Amino acid sequence: MADTAFVRDKMLAPQKAPSSEVGALRWMRENLFSGPLNTILTLAALYFVYVIVATIGPWLSRSVWNASTLQECRAIVEASFGEGKKGACFAVINERWQQIIFGFYPRDLYWRPTLTMVLMLVALGPVLFTWVPRKLLWFSFAFPAVAFWLLWGGTVWLPVAILLAFGVAYAAYRVLTPVNGLLGIVAAIIAPILYWLYLCAPLANVLETALPFGLRTLQSHEFGGFLLSSVIGVSGIAFSLPLGILLALGRQSDLFVVKTTCVAFIEGFRGVPLITLLFVASLLLNYFLPPGTEFDVILRVIIMVTIFSAAYMAEVVRGGLAALPRGQYEAADALGLDYWQAQRLIIMPQALKVSIPGIVGNFIGLFKDTTLVSFISLQDPLQLVASIRANQEWNGIYWELFIFVGLLFFAFCFPMSRYSMYLERKLKTDHR
Amino acid sequence: MATAAKMTVTDEVAIQITAMNKWYGTFHVLRDINMTVSRGERIVVCGPSGSGKSTLIRCINRLEEHQQGQIIVDGTELTSDLKNIDKVRSEVGMVFQHFNLFPHLTILENLTLAPIWVRKVPKKDAEEVAMHFLKKVKIPEQAAKYPGQLSGGQQQRVAIARSLCMKPRIMLFDEPTSALDPEMIKEVLDTMIELAQEGMTMICVTHEMGFAQAVANRVIFMDQGQIVEQNEPKEFFNNPKSDRTKLFLSQILGH
Repeated sequence: MADTAFVRDKMLAPQKAPSSEVGALRWMRENLFSGPLNTILTLAALYFVYVIVATIGPWLSRSVWNASTLQECRAIVEASFGEGKKGACFAVINERWQQIIFGFYPRDLYWRPTLTMVLMLVALGPVLFTWVPRKLLWFSFAFPAVAFWLLWGGTVWLPVAILLAFGVAYAAYRVLTPVNGLLGIVAAIIAPILYWLYLCAPLANVLETALPFGLRTLQSHEFGGFLLSSVIGVSGIAFSLPLGILLALGRQSDLFVVKTTCVAFIEGFRGVPLITLLFVASLLLNYFLPPGTEFDVILRVIIMVTIFSAAYMAEVVRGGLAALPRGQYEAADALGLDYWQAQRLIIMPQALKVSIPGIVGNFIGLFKDTTLVSFISLQDPLQLVASIRANQEWNGIYWELFIFVGLLFFAFCFPMSRYSMYLERKLKTDHR
Repeated sequence: MATAAKMTVTDEVAIQITAMNKWYGTFHVLRDINMTVSRGERIVVCGPSGSGKSTLIRCINRLEEHQQGQIIVDGTELTSDLKNIDKVRSEVGMVFQHFNLFPHLTILENLTLAPIWVRKVPKKDAEEVAMHFLKKVKIPEQAAKYPGQLSGGQQQRVAIARSLCMKPRIMLFDEPTSALDPEMIKEVLDTMIELAQEGMTMICVTHEMGFAQAVANRVIFMDQGQIVEQNEPKEFFNNPKSDRTKLFLSQILGH
C-alpha cells in the first residue's frame, strides 16, 4: 500500500512543443494533408491554380494601356515580347471608360453624376452607420429629389414641389386625425397623390417663372452605362425594401382584402420573369396610359424593377417574421403597444435582423439584374460593350471590356455583402 | 406569513367575469366561467394541463378572445374595441412562462420601452422608474446587459420588473416558474411574494402549492375548461370537496 502514496517533490517546467504540433507545419498537416484523399485534392487544386495563373499572368503582365486600336495593341505586344505573344489590351478601357460609366451623358456635364454619386455616399452615411450624426438623415430623406434634379436637370422647383408633398401629407394627417384616426391615415396617403397629380407641376411652373433657377435638362435616352445601372439599381433597392416590408405585413394581416391583395401582388409579380415586366414597362404601358402622357422610360423601368424586387423582398421578410416566437407579439401586446409600435419597436428589428442575408442577397441580385434593361434598348454597360466591340477599331476585343464591367459591378456588390456581415455582427445580441 | 396583515382585500371589484365561454374552432375550451376578483386579492389558479387555466388568464388581457359572456377589467369591458383593449392592457401586467423579454434590447430598454411609447413618460423618468424596479427584483447591476446574458431566474425577474414599470393595477402570472431550473424558482417566487405583500391584485397560474399556501387568499381549481372548485388555501388543500380535486392534489402533492 505504501507504493500508492505519492507526493511530487519536484515540479516540472513546461517544455517546448514538438515541431509537428505548432506553426505552419501543423496547420498544413491538419488542413491540407490530413489523409490520402485530402492530399490528392490539395495537389490537384494547387495544379489548377497554377494553370490559371500561368495562363492569365503573362497575358495580364503584357497589358497595353495606350493604343487607339486593337491592331495597334497587338503590334505593341508583339514588338515588345516577341512574335505570336498575346497580351491584354486595356487601352480600350483607357479610351472608352467614360462611355461605359456615363453612357451618352454629355461630356461637359459629367460633374453632375459624379457629384450625385458623392452626395449619395453622404446620404448613405447616417442610414448605414449609427456613429454618423443623426441630423444628416434629413439630407438622406431629401437625397432622391436632389439626385433627380442633378441627373435630369430642369428647374430646381420641380423636386422642391415634389418634396412638399410630404408636408401636405403631414398637414392632412394632423388636421384629420383628431376627427378620426383612420381618416387621418387615409388622407395622409391620398392628399399627396392628388397634390402630385394636379398641383405639383403648376406650382413648380409658377415658382420657376417667379424665380428661375435650373440646370440643363437631359432626356432619359442620354443616360447609359453604369450610371443607368446605378440609377435603376439604387432606386430599386431604396424603394423595394419598404414596399416589401409592407407587403409582408399585409400578407400576415387578418383583414381579408389587404391579405388577398398582397398575396395576389406577391405571387403575381414573382411568377413573371423580370424581362416580361420590362417589356411591359417599355411597350405595353404606353397603350394603357392616356395618349400624350409623357411617362419617362427610366421611371417606368424603376417602378417595374421595384415591384419585382419587392415581391421577393416580401417573402424574405415574411421568413424573418415567421422565425419570431409568438411570445414576442404577445409580450408587446400585453404591454399595451399598438400594432404599429409593436411592429416598429419589437417585431421588425428582430425579423429584419434575421432576414439580413436574404435581403442583401436580393439587393445584389437586383443590382445585377439591371443589365437586363439592354433588352428594351436602354444602354446598360453590357450594351455599350457590345457597341464598342462593333466599332472597327476595337472589333475582336472582349475579355478586357467584360473584366472592366465585371469589376465595376463587383465594386458595388462586394461592399454590400461586407456591410451585411458587419451589420449581422453588430446586431448580434442574443448570445446564443 | 408574518406580514400577512399588510395584504388587505377590499370590496372594490377589479375583475368581473360573467358567464364567459370560449371555443377554439369547435373545441369548447372555457365553459361558463363566473369569477369576481376584488382589488388586493391574490388568486392561484391550478389544474391539470389542458384544463384552460392559461387561456382563462389570457382572456383577461385579451391575448385570447372570448366568444360569449362578459369580462370587465377595472370597469372597462373587453370587446373588440381596440381602444378598450389597449387601455386594459396598459393597466394589467403579464408575466409569461417563457419570459418573452425582447432579445434585441438591453434590460433597461426592455423596461423603459412601454412606459416611453405607451405612457409617453420622458426617457429619463422612465429609466429612473426602471432602475427602481430592477433594484426591487435585486438585479440593478444587469441593466446594461442583454436578456441572453442572464440566467432564467434573472430573466423572469426582469420580466416582472418590466410589467411593474407600467404601474399596473393587476398582475397576471402564466406559469412563471415552470420553465426554470429548481434552484431559480425560489428567487422568482420571493419576488412574487414580496409583490403580494404590497397588496398587488394578482392572478397566478402555477403549480407551486407552497406559494399558494403562503400568499393566496383563494385557490381556483380548473378541469376541462370549468372552475371545479374554489376555496381559501387551507380548506382547499386540507379538505378538498370534489373527487377531481382530490385526485389532482394527490398527484401533485403525493410524493
